[in-house]
Amino acid sequence: MRLSQLEVGEKGIVKEFTDLEMSVKLMEMGCLPGEEIKIERIAPLGDPIAINVSGYLLSLRKREAFTIVLQ
Amino acid sequence: MKADIRVALVGNPNTGKSTLFNVLTGLNQKIGNFPGVTVDKKVGYSTLPDGRVAEVIDLPGTYSIYPKSQDESIVFSVLADRANALSPDLVVVILDASNLKRNLLLYSQVADLKIPVIVALNMMDLAKKADINIDVDLFAKKLGVPVVPISARKVDGIDKLKTAISFANKIALQEDSIDVLSIAPQLVESIGRELNIDNPYLALQLAHQHETLKFLSPAENERIEVLEKEFSFNSQKAQGAETIARYAFINDLLYDTVKKPINAESETHSNKIDKILTHKVFGFIIFFAILMFMFQAIFTWSALPMALIADAFVWIQNSLHSILPAGPLTSLLVDGVIAGLSGVMVFIPQIAILFAFISILEDTGYMSRVTFMMDKLMRKVGLNGKSVVPLIGGFACAVPSIMSTRNIENWKDRMITILVTPLVTCSARLPVYTLLIALVVPNRNVWWLFNLQGLALTGMYVFSLVSAVIVAWVFKFILKGKERGYFIMELPVYRWPRWSNVLYSMYERSKAFVFQAGKVIIAVSVILWVMASYGPGDRFAKIDKQYSQAQYTRHMSADSLSRTVSSAKLENSYAGVLGHVIEPVIRPLGFDWKIGIALITSFAAREVFVGTMATIYSVNGSAEKMQSVYEKMHQARNPKTGQPVFTLAVAFSLMMFYAFAMQCASTVAVVYRETKNWRWPAIQFAYMTVLAYAASFIAYVVLK
Repeated sequence: MRLSQLEVGEKGIVKEFTDLEMSVKLMEMGCLPGEEIKIERIAPLGDPIAINVSGYLLSLRKREAFTIVLQ
Repeated sequence: MKADIRVALVGNPNTGKSTLFNVLTGLNQKIGNFPGVTVDKKVGYSTLPDGRVAEVIDLPGTYSIYPKSQDESIVFSVLADRANALSPDLVVVILDASNLKRNLLLYSQVADLKIPVIVALNMMDLAKKADINIDVDLFAKKLGVPVVPISARKVDGIDKLKTAISFANKIALQEDSIDVLSIAPQLVESIGRELNIDNPYLALQLAHQHETLKFLSPAENERIEVLEKEFSFNSQKAQGAETIARYAFINDLLYDTVKKPINAESETHSNKIDKILTHKVFGFIIFFAILMFMFQAIFTWSALPMALIADAFVWIQNSLHSILPAGPLTSLLVDGVIAGLSGVMVFIPQIAILFAFISILEDTGYMSRVTFMMDKLMRKVGLNGKSVVPLIGGFACAVPSIMSTRNIENWKDRMITILVTPLVTCSARLPVYTLLIALVVPNRNVWWLFNLQGLALTGMYVFSLVSAVIVAWVFKFILKGKERGYFIMELPVYRWPRWSNVLYSMYERSKAFVFQAGKVIIAVSVILWVMASYGPGDRFAKIDKQYSQAQYTRHMSADSLSRTVSSAKLENSYAGVLGHVIEPVIRPLGFDWKIGIALITSFAAREVFVGTMATIYSVNGSAEKMQSVYEKMHQARNPKTGQPVFTLAVAFSLMMFYAFAMQCASTVAVVYRETKNWRWPAIQFAYMTVLAYAASFIAYVVLK
């Protein structure tokens, strides 16, 4: 299951990443293995998405969300 | 000013770092550049309770010491290079108390560099509101550094922070956060030994960042490179391992110092606003309404101050002309330098208003929502969600808009935005368009409602946006980006704008524009003045001699004689000669040598067109005498054919030229300032001139 497959309002827990470069950037922003993520909203045109992680709102493109594997 | 202690402010974006900086230093601040880069360096002074003076440096906001943009790379190089002139004695790390976890990553990195640190725990009021309970004493004890709870917006706790700064230790006392050696033991040890660095984290950071650091010698750089290979160091993997270790430390730290309400599911204030502002339909309607308002405000609110500035300069010019003895020096000062200055100053109201809006939109958190909504659309044409703001600002003036592209981290996206922004119809094109449209488009209504002239003008505005988008799309394939594009961005909580920050931003941006772009504008104006005031050989002397003959002085009024003389001089000046030289080139576009002069002088600024036309058709006066320029141009006939010069084809051909050509010295200057490389303004100038020529030619051929 990838983060990009979740619907608005759904939650998941990060398991691992498929892309090293992206994982480094995401982890810096508090998006680490073991963290719970909730999809807060999707941009009006379908991309990017906004997620709630580590207590704040983070936006990322679906392509980037696809590199996050959930438990 | 002499300072006793140097303090650097470090923190995440949106933590109120700039507010704290403004509160600490007041108006006692100045903006410069960090040596060698275009990143703004903000330095101010603050008097401490014990009477000593602290120099405060506001470092760019960043989430981590690993840089993602040029701005962010400053943070590590200032902190790490102990020989740097800006090297701080003390670092104040600002943490958002309502979002401690992510904020602590940067703290733990900075702390491990073992520079004396104080923590300013900002937004305590927001944390209290969200029922987040922080045991500040335990928190400070665990970190081993002073922790001062503050609320920068409410100017709360600032005195305590100043006291803490004045009592700060000269040596770093903070506890270690992670075991740095375990990440790359042999490499860190070797770098430490060979470069004589006793801090393991600094050694590790040098391994990561040595390629971009200016303070390392080539030999040191090479040595690090060799060591990296020897111990097969993978920068990204090491960074990943470090980040995981740091968050483990942070979770441990927060476990017994911060109590959060378990039931944090209740909908936040910010979430409710987002539901409306990023709504599928309302989101875009609200965005366009805000844009329309901004656009209108930039035009209408700036009209009066701009007119006042222009009038003031006319008054200064007139007074100087009457005070100073007539001669080339006076003329150079008044018609060259001061005329050039007025061209700079007149843009200040628009720049200030545009930046007031941008600062409000950024401060409230709305700007990141616009980026969020527009990203998909803009990405299709090679731009970025963050390009929307500069493009819209381009309707007012390309200069501040290009300055506002700095928050686009991706190099390629930023360059394309800078390259296409001057295509958007700016306010300087307006007088040119209105004059030419009035000449050739009949002033009547179609379908009762639409005025033909108004339609033509609207058409030019829409056309400019369309052409900017198409050109951006073409550059998407030409430019090669080094970095991968990504869009990982915080959507900050909505907040009220801080009006003092808005005022600071208006003041700072205007000042930067006047001092930095101003130099180039004045230089170009002086060159143009020389070209228009002097002619090759004895041509000017001959004109003076010819018109001093009795047949002229007797039969013409002094006024009309001087106009005839200045008109003849213009034709024979270097600018006029140049007009004749380029005539063969511009004839296919339908232009004669007189229009050629206007084209050349317009390369300083587009609005110069009206003034030049006025001079060439020997009308004295400026914009107030538009009507008479209009009449003269209306009556202008081709001496060979007797037909009107300004036909529909010529007028539209001219408008196409002004739509595409880079006729603005200020923009060239600001593009150079922002890119620090003459290649970019050169590329921009070249492509825009080619497009201008082609569009103009097509318009002329089709309409002839």
